[in-house]
Amino acid sequence: MRPLLNVSSSPHIRHADTTRGIMADVLIALAPACVYGCVLFGLHALAVLLTCVAFALLSEFVWNKALHKPNSLGDLSAVVTGLLLGMNLPSTMPLWMAAIGSIAAIIVVKQMFGGIGCNFANPAIAARIILLVSFPSAMTDFAEPLSDTVTSATPLAAENGLYTLKTLFFGMHSGTIGETSAFLLLIGGLYLIVRRVITPVIPVCFIGTVALLSFCAGQNALYAILSGGLMLGAIFMATDYTTTPITPLGKAVFAVGCGVITFVIRQFGSLPEGVSYSILLMNILVPHINRFTLRKPFGAVKPAKEETDNG
Amino acid sequence: MSNNKFLSVFTNGLVKENPTLRLVLGTCPTLAVTTAAINGIGMGLSATLVLVCSNLVISLLRKVIPDRVRIPAYITIIAGFVTVVQMLVKAFLPSIDKALGIYLPLIVVNCIILARAEMFASKNTPVLSVLDGLGMGIGFTAVLTIMGALRELFGAGTLFSLPITSNFISPMIVFLLPPGGFFVFGMLVAASNAIARKNGKKAVESMGCENCPAKDACGKESCAEEAAEHE
Repeated sequence: MRPLLNVSSSPHIRHADTTRGIMADVLIALAPACVYGCVLFGLHALAVLLTCVAFALLSEFVWNKALHKPNSLGDLSAVVTGLLLGMNLPSTMPLWMAAIGSIAAIIVVKQMFGGIGCNFANPAIAARIILLVSFPSAMTDFAEPLSDTVTSATPLAAENGLYTLKTLFFGMHSGTIGETSAFLLLIGGLYLIVRRVITPVIPVCFIGTVALLSFCAGQNALYAILSGGLMLGAIFMATDYTTTPITPLGKAVFAVGCGVITFVIRQFGSLPEGVSYSILLMNILVPHINRFTLRKPFGAVKPAKEETDNG
Repeated sequence: MSNNKFLSVFTNGLVKENPTLRLVLGTCPTLAVTTAAINGIGMGLSATLVLVCSNLVISLLRKVIPDRVRIPAYITIIAGFVTVVQMLVKAFLPSIDKALGIYLPLIVVNCIILARAEMFASKNTPVLSVLDGLGMGIGFTAVLTIMGALRELFGAGTLFSLPITSNFISPMIVFLLPPGGFFVFGMLVAASNAIARKNGKKAVESMGCENCPAKDACGKESCAEEAAEHE
């Protein structure tokens, strides 16, 4: 870490949080949905997840070795990135494509911009989009649950009402490995909120915006929020520390923006799903959101404007 | 004037002041047309032809053109040659014309050509100006071809339309799209910076006045001064 902050003289209060601890919590929260995805889609789903994690770790290791940087595998952030990417892929994904995704996530999106804490976009989201535009057919080739031969459209692409809300909630439908079960993702989200790893601001505003807009557009709001990658994106990927605003107000602006873009893409775009694009687009706006939502120090007086001669 | 000088003017554009990688000029066609190696060659050679001809004419007329209206005069000369090149390409290489599309007539506003007119041809003899145009043009063509080849190989699995890897792995289409263009361009600039650093030269990094490719032509002490004037 670069010494951006001035360290005052002792005594200091140490916080017990470490990057490793936070990432471990995220992994625990992701575990139920992961296991469910593997049960639902079979061994190949497990292989995709393992490939993603392995190549994420390998890329991080090779980059650090090549640039003579301290080894950062222990902070588990590469594992989280790899696992999130894997959960965003269909179970039928060829393994070499999954590996390319992990390499792109770690090397291009994360390390080239300075590594953990310095990347401007969520590596897993950006890598998913790279794969989506690179291999469009492989990325939308979803297997039917509990069989690995038939492929089908996700609930979003299918006609409204093909699945019951209960099926959607518990996740017995096609989709990417980790996005199907809203129930298990919500449990993971609750765990993170209870452990104070994330605040509920972003998931609530994001999902709420999509629900509200879908309702206004005359759709079934519950169907809209339970299908597609909304739960996975809103709970786990739109809450990445590095790529989201600092203040609660900023977080809310960010999440509402994500919700609006998701809805617009789903409703008017040519793509069935817009969660990943919405998060990437809002990631890019984060510096500006941060600037506009700075908190005013209590009792602070606005400094008088300096005399400028704009002749 | 020795042969050495002619040679150094010619090679200047190839490596030391490569217009694309070292001066970072003409990035619009660089990013837009390099989806295939053949497009890169087509764009590069068209621009080279215009550059050599316009450099020659501008250098011949350098004492005639009044300083105040030099830019319109340059643009007129360049536009004339672009029209010639466009008609030639349309007549003899219709497939290249189709692939380059709007970017062929847009050579008129290619900043490499205008920059060389302003910075070199207007101050040097015709022979030197032609050599400068040739060197810059070939440097531009080489980079565009390399970029086109890389993007075609990764994005379509072919090289000059010959299948290389497209038969056994599906290519990454992202390399043919704008993000892939920026990525490959960034990688090439990084590589050229790394080579320049190894040879003890400065890398292209900040866009301050000292690194500005137009600093000789600009005539301002610093960009800050210019900015202050505009306020």
